[in-house]
This record gives sequence, structure tokens and C-alpha cells, in this order.
Amino acid sequence: MTKASFDGAQTLVKCLEAQGIEYMFGIPGGATIPIFDALVTTGTKIKFVLTRHEQSATHMADGYARATGRPAAVLVTSGPGATNTVTGIMTAHIDSVPMIVVCGQAVTHMLGKDAFQEADIYGMTMPIVKHSYLIRDTNHIPRIVREAVHIATTGRPGPVLIDVPKDISMAPFQGDLEAPMELPGYHPEAAAPDPATIRAIGDALQRAHKPVILIGHGVIISDACAAIRALAEKIHAPVTSTLLGKGGFPESHVLSLGMLGMHGTAYANKAVVEADLILNFGSRFDDRILGVPARFGRDAVKIHVDIDPGEIGKMVKPEIVCLGDARQVAEALLKAVGRPDTAAWIKEINALKKDFPLHYRRTGGLKMQHIIEELYTLTGGKAVVATDVGQHQMWTAQYWKVDRRNDWLSSGGAGTMGFGLPAAIGAQFGRPKDLVVSFSGDGGFQMTMPDFATACNHKLPIKAIVLNNSYLGMVRQWQELFYADRKSGVDLEGNPDFAKIAEAYGALGLRIKRAADVRKVLTRALEYDRGPCIIDVQVHKEQNVFPMVPAGKALEDMILEPRPRRGRPPVAAQKK
Amino acid sequence: MQNNCTHTLSVVVANKPGVLARIAHVFARRGFNIDSLVVSSSMEGNVSRMTITALGDPSNLGQIIEQVKKLVDVIHCTDHTGEDVVVKEMALVKVHAGPAARTEVLQVADHFGAESVDMTETSMILMVVGDTDMIEAMLKLLTKFKIVELCRTGKVLMARGELPT
Ligand SMILES: Cc1ncc(C[n+]2csc(CCOP(=O)(O)OP(=O)(O)O)c2C)c(N)n1
Ligand SMILES: [Mg+2]
Repeated sequence: MTKASFDGAQTLVKCLEAQGIEYMFGIPGGATIPIFDALVTTGTKIKFVLTRHEQSATHMADGYARATGRPAAVLVTSGPGATNTVTGIMTAHIDSVPMIVVCGQAVTHMLGKDAFQEADIYGMTMPIVKHSYLIRDTNHIPRIVREAVHIATTGRPGPVLIDVPKDISMAPFQGDLEAPMELPGYHPEAAAPDPATIRAIGDALQRAHKPVILIGHGVIISDACAAIRALAEKIHAPVTSTLLGKGGFPESHVLSLGMLGMHGTAYANKAVVEADLILNFGSRFDDRILGVPARFGRDAVKIHVDIDPGEIGKMVKPEIVCLGDARQVAEALLKAVGRPDTAAWIKEINALKKDFPLHYRRTGGLKMQHIIEELYTLTGGKAVVATDVGQHQMWTAQYWKVDRRNDWLSSGGAGTMGFGLPAAIGAQFGRPKDLVVSFSGDGGFQMTMPDFATACNHKLPIKAIVLNNSYLGMVRQWQELFYADRKSGVDLEGNPDFAKIAEAYGALGLRIKRAADVRKVLTRALEYDRGPCIIDVQVHKEQNVFPMVPAGKALEDMILEPRPRRGRPPVAAQKK
Repeated sequence: MQNNCTHTLSVVVANKPGVLARIAHVFARRGFNIDSLVVSSSMEGNVSRMTITALGDPSNLGQIIEQVKKLVDVIHCTDHTGEDVVVKEMALVKVHAGPAARTEVLQVADHFGAESVDMTETSMILMVVGDTDMIEAMLKLLTKFKIVELCRTGKVLMARGELPT
């Protein structure tokens, strides 16, 4: 192909390929037909996956990126195609997930004139992208694509949107394919950790008697896992993680406290309350882990290691700030720290773990925890796990111990229902050899259920588990605990038979109704490898997730015990 | 609880479409009201300078500056509140003043170094350049005559001496 025979669309596809994009998820339309044609005419290596909804396409790209650390692209048409991506872009943005979203757009001279399927997606998404472009000249495409992928994947990652008017796609390309980036204001390279700060942290650790290491998504993004593990083992400090930090430190490790926060383990929350030093690597002190910000770690020396200066002091005022990449800081720190004596503290922690374990009863109805725990046992925890949002998500976070980076995919900052299934699909594309499981609620599953077809088309052997309590369970829980059990808009009457849904797609549908069948059916699902399956698990309808730190309460006000009798909220909640 | 005060920031940006909207979003989202905004070209091509005066809680301002700095097209952003800087603005004031009032209006103008740039049977336009306080003082005197229209450029600022802005 000579240079002059390229058009914009072909240039775009070539450039995305050159930037290492392997998968593109989406749906075509009038404004993107030239780009779809270019997928054929360029003979690109990029694999296009047709989805059933653009939101699912974004979650697939998101799941792919979380599971592999590499970005994928989304390709959608203008107007409604573009606006359908908004939820997925916001979900990726708040969780720092790289993604390239390419939207078709009406022709340039019609912009602002209410052209057919014109939506100002560039303007609409400004607050939820890391950066965005509206291409105004076909010759700018190589520079823009290069910049977009660079921005999406460096520093604190995030989604970048490229809006491509149809005339730009169709015009001949006469520019330079190697055009360099022009980003005078973008400097993502993390500065090397400041030696004085590292020494200060080392000294603080040496003085501490009750240190806790808190890890967030930054640890996974920067792959600080090995350094954090070595550090925790050297200073003998327990490690707790945010929802997105799961996998940054092996949760089956004796020093792991699991997740902290609103539905964290009791021992993690109690340890954080007791701690005299909290060393935070790459967590943004999200409100779900703080309880009351002013009371979080009140008596502890708080140390915040983050790559994003915008996160420092945003929620919590730390005593020591260390700007930098979590991995570099952890490695530097490893050399600078001594071996403080934490034996008494570890003893205290172990007592907390013994006195306040996660627990549930396997009798009195089938419990979500039972399913999660059983699958964990059957797989030895070796799986990529995607969750949806709700009660099942919190129980999965509690009971599924994640040992490896990139094995945990959950919408944290956004809490986007409908995320789980498409995220699992995206992950399976990125990790074809690994077992991929999704745990969804019956509510959220139905938000992106049509994309089960995509899993079927590609024969992806994902295990889509629907933890079906016939309720929007998490909302029902809040209504029960804080609104005198007045149920309002939470009954999912009219749910389909999810196993039959799978069968309707020609896939395997399984059903679990009794505790006695759990192992047998899950084993059957794990053995099946000819495509996806749905496992409809009909669980106890009115279980509540504990521990729970009620909204607006501090970690020490955590509610531990389930209600003693039906319909009667726990004591701590009644005071509200 | 809210302890609002006025801040003056200068922001140097790559001259790309959308950059102003992105900056405005950061302020609006965090409840900062932009009082004045001056966008001008700078010595280098492709780079513009914005001088932003905004009213809001100072404890939020640090956050806003960090969020503005994070924007890909922002090259740097500095808060000049309380620093040694020259801050000036210009105002055009249209006063209802017939022949009888003219002399007094011109006296006021003269005192503040303002210039009369238009005059009709019934009105005058004064142009004044200076510190905000000085302009305010002049406007106060002019309220005696009816001020028909007022248009201010908003503040522009430059650090004194060799320091860059
Ligand atoms: C898109 C979206 N809409 C609404 C909510 C609010 N919400 C949070 S959890 C929840 C209930 C989820 O129900 P289900 O999927 O059945 O999961 P369960 O809590 O029962 O496990 C709702 C409605 C949300 N997080 N996302
Ligand atoms: Mg449910």
C-alpha cells in the first residue's frame, strides 16, 4: 500500500495496531463504517469482537486491561453508540484502568448542527476521561493515536477517548505515520523516591510498634507486589488492602488481613483502628475504607505513597508524603528499613483473627459465601475472578483470597452493576489459558446479560455464576438495617430462569438450589470447556453482609453480628 | 465553615482545543466560582497564558491546582495569592452625564488617571487601568452619576523582578 492510497480510517487502524492494540470491542454504525471497512482492507492483526451493547464493550476492554495490564480499544458509532460507553468510561476512569475509546462522529461541517446521530461525546466525557481528542485533520491521526495510548498507559492510567468525524475517516492521509507526540504538559515519569523521605519512613517504621501496610490499586498497576511482600516480611507488618488492591499481596499469606473498610474483615478494621502507623501504598484513601475521614488512623503516623500528587491530602492529611511509583518506593524502602520488633503486635493481630473471623452457617438455607468458598477450594484459588456489584461482590471480596496480581476484577470506585460478566469476557480474551469466573447478582447480571452471546460466539469457557437472591440485595440490606425494613423497589420479581437463558444460547445452564448440590454442580461447571456456562444459584433471599461500617460511621463503629431475630436490626444500627 | 477568599492563579497551557473547558470543569465541580478569566497568547507559539481569579475555600484550592496540573494540556499552574506580583485590570465605564455633569466626571477621571474615550450629549465612556481597589474606588465615586454600563477585563498578573510568572 503506498502512502497516498491510505485513508483516515486505515491510518487509524494501522496506528492502533502499531501501538500494540490487540483487541477492539464494539458495535458499528453509519459513522464508523469506514473504520470497520478498514479492519478488513488493512488486514490488521487487531481482533474485533462484536458485542451486544456498547457498555459491555467498554467493560470487556476494562476486564482485558485489568487482567493483562495492557490496554484494549473500544470502537463505537456516533450518537447513541458513543453515549452508551459513558458508564464504562467512568468505571475505568475512577479505577485508573487504561482504555482507548474510538467513537465515530458526524461529518465535521455538521458538528453543532444537530446532525443525525451527532452527540458531543467529546464534551460530555470531559470529566471522566484522562484525556480526549476530536480529530480535526486526517493527518493528525498518527500523533493522536500515539499520544492516546501513551497517556492511557503511563503515570496513573485511564481512559482516552478519540472522536473521529466520518469525513476525517474518509479523507486521504498525506501526513507522517511517524509523527512524534506533542505533549508539553504531560510528564508521567515518576521521580525517583526522595532519599530523605525514604529515610524518614524507615525511621518511622523503626519507631512503630503497631504498623499496618495498606495497599491499593497502585501496587497492582506498578507491580510492586514482590517488593511489598519482601517489605512486609522484613518488617513483619500485617497487610490490608482496598477492594482494588486485592492481589497486590497474597491474601493467603499469614500477614494478610484481607480487605478493610465498609465490608472489610473485622480484624483488618480493628487492626487499622489500633495501628500506630499506617503505610499506604497506592490507595487513594477512598471513602469506603475511611469510615469517618477525620477519625481514620487518628493516633497513627499516616504515610501516603502515591504517584498522583492530586491524591495527597485529598481525603486524609498524612504525616509523611512520598510521591512516586509504588514499586520504586517499596524497593527503596526495603533497603532502608531495619527489623522493628512487632512480635507483640502480630500476636494481637492473630488473636483478632481468631476472635473475629469471617463466618457464616452452612445450614438454614444456601448461602452465597458457601458457593464462593467451595469454588475457591475446588480451584485452589487459581482463577481470574470478576464480580458485579452488590452483596455478592462484598462476600466474594471477603471469601475469595486473591494471591496474584491481575486476578481480581471488580468495579470499585464506580460500583457499576453489569460490570462482572463483560469484564470476565474481556479477561478471558486476554488470558485464554486461565480459568475465568464471574460472580454476579441476579440484578446486575441482567444489566449486561445479552453479552452472554459474545461469550458463546467465541466459545469462551467462562463460568458465569449468578448468586440469585431475587432481590437487589445490597439495597434491601440497607432498607432493612436503616429504614426499618421498608422494602422499596428491590424485589426482582419476574427474574428469568438463568440456566434456561444459557440453554437458549445453546450453552450449558446449571442450577443449584440446595447446599448438598454445590460441590457436584460446580465440579460439572469446571469440567465443561466447550464454551461458557451460567450457574443459577438460588440462595437465601435475606442474608446481610457483615461486618459493616454504616455510612457516615467510623471504622470502630463497625457492626459485627447478624441480627438476632428476623426483622430486628442489630443494636448499633437502631441508634441511627 | 466555608472561609471564602479570592485567589489569583496563572495557568500556562498548550494551545489545544478544549483546554479551557477542562479547566473550567475542575473549578465548577469543586464549587469554585471563577470571577475573572483572561486568556492571552504568550511569547511562545502554541502556548497560552490564563489568569484566573476565583472565589472559594482556600483548603480546596490546593486540590484544584493539583487537578488542573494533572490535565494533559496544562503545562503549569501557580497560585500567586500573597506573592510579590503586579496585578492590573482595565475597565470601561459608561456614565450618564450631560453637559452639566461633565466637568465633575472628568475631575474624577483625572484623579484616577482614567481617560475619556467617548463622549455624547448624554453620556461618556471612561477607560481606567490599575489595581482592582483603585477601580472600585473610582466606580464608587461615579455611582453618583448613573453608571449605564460597565465592562472589566479581569485581572492580569506578572511576578516582579526576574521571577517567572
Ligand atoms: C448501574 C447501577 N445501578 C444501581 C446501583 C445501586 N445498587 C448497588 S448494589 C445494588 C443491588 C444489586 O443487586 P444484585 O445485582 O441482585 O446483587 P446482590 O446485592 O443481590 O448480591 C444496587 C441496585 C449500582 N451500583 N449500579
Ligand atoms: Mg440479588
